[in-house]
Amino acid sequence: MIEFRSVSKQFPDGTKAVQGFDLTVPSHSTTVFVGSSGCGKTTLLRMVNRMVEPSAGQILIDGEDVAKTDAVQLRRRIGYVMQNSGLLPHRSVLDNITTVLRLNKTPKAEARERGLALMDTVGLDRALAKRYPSQLSGGQQQRVGVARGLAVEPNILLMDEPFGAVDPIVRTELQQELLRLQRDLGKTVVFVTHDIDEAFLLGDQIVILKKGGVIAQQGSPEEILANPADDFVADFVGANRGKRALSLKQVDGRTIVIDADGKAAGVLHEGAA
Amino acid sequence: MNLFAEAFAWLTSEELANSSLPLGEAFGQHLYFSFVTVLIAALIAVPAGYLIGHTGKGREIAVGITGAARALPSFGLILLLVLVLGVTRSELGAFIAFVLLAIPSILAGAYAGVEAVDRRTVDAARAVGMTEWQILVKVEAPLGLPLLVGGLRSAVLQVVATVTLAGYVNLGGLGYYIIQGVPLGRFDQILGGAVLVIALALVLDGLFGLLARVVEPQGLASRTQRRRADPATAETTASA
Repeated sequence: MIEFRSVSKQFPDGTKAVQGFDLTVPSHSTTVFVGSSGCGKTTLLRMVNRMVEPSAGQILIDGEDVAKTDAVQLRRRIGYVMQNSGLLPHRSVLDNITTVLRLNKTPKAEARERGLALMDTVGLDRALAKRYPSQLSGGQQQRVGVARGLAVEPNILLMDEPFGAVDPIVRTELQQELLRLQRDLGKTVVFVTHDIDEAFLLGDQIVILKKGGVIAQQGSPEEILANPADDFVADFVGANRGKRALSLKQVDGRTIVIDADGKAAGVLHEGAA
Repeated sequence: MNLFAEAFAWLTSEELANSSLPLGEAFGQHLYFSFVTVLIAALIAVPAGYLIGHTGKGREIAVGITGAARALPSFGLILLLVLVLGVTRSELGAFIAFVLLAIPSILAGAYAGVEAVDRRTVDAARAVGMTEWQILVKVEAPLGLPLLVGGLRSAVLQVVATVTLAGYVNLGGLGYYIIQGVPLGRFDQILGGAVLVIALALVLDGLFGLLARVVEPQGLASRTQRRRADPATAETTASA
């Protein structure tokens, strides 16, 4: 469980990224921070592993104030996956995955075994182990990034727009992989994105942020769609337009779902889901 | 006979072989001065450059100092230091002057190398739990090595050229022949000495050129492109 207690962050240049932010992130589920750029979502994420220190307030992991922990040790037990993978360009795929294991003095052979097993977990061919990041596709690099994040078997996985820089097809593939992984592993995932569709797909809990880290609404995707807190949220999730504003139409005795553009989106199965 | 032919004749002459400073010894002295100078300069400039590059602090001061040091007239500096320290300590004076000349290139190579590392890579290294020291040693130093070697390379060239002046303060080296030749009006000897310095500089530059290739970290874009051009690896990439 991660708790944000009236957390604020003002950067040295005077920008107030976050003000009085309160939130509890439940364990073993995915919480998505979603908002447009400048809403402080990345700042909030980076406070969890102390890559950013809050100006005021506390962040607690399972009741322990992170400010009282050693930052380096803290980071080594939290998985971190970022946009553009952040891999070390001069190290092979396997070395990148096992970086933190080796920092923690895991014997080389054991680290190697774990690294190769993790490649299987994230769907990477073991034959790629000796390649360098620049020899991989963007999607493969992100998989390596996820494998590295999982290497120390962290309880918490922080993901900062991890699929933001890959093409839509690969992104869909990676999102499905993450859902599958999360079903198996049940980590406490904090995921940052500006893409509401991605948030709805991946999140058990969605936190919609306005500028300055103000929570516009939080809840499950269903709750937010059913009852948007205000016009900002309704507009942001697109509840009144496009493929989310669905209506029903009877055709030949079956109920067809029609989207806002009047296109048929699917067939309604009563009682399903 | 033209001057070049005379210079080469001098290089192979009995006179050089029986000179008060044999050629081998002059080479030895020249290399000794150059090597020790670059070593001392590197011991000072590399840690300083890494500190500046890693912290991003003191960059303006470093740029200022290196710019000023580059503008120092080496000949004047050697004479001044030898006069100030006294002729009995002329070796020390010469070393100080040479080191001061070598520092700017090495310092610039060290901090530019660290600075050139993608900040996102450094951020990622920190985020997975590397200490600042580990970031420097495992990420910034290896990735910045080609630029550091470039700095060392230009420092070596500059020092090899400048060590010629050691001859002027009676410390020998290949400059001895040039400086001895001037009052004698022996242009073949002056040119012959100069050719030796040039040859030494070219050989050392070539060695550093090779070193620069060796230290280029694997996996960087330029190497990858070379590999991609190779059809055999291109095929395995496609099947992977």
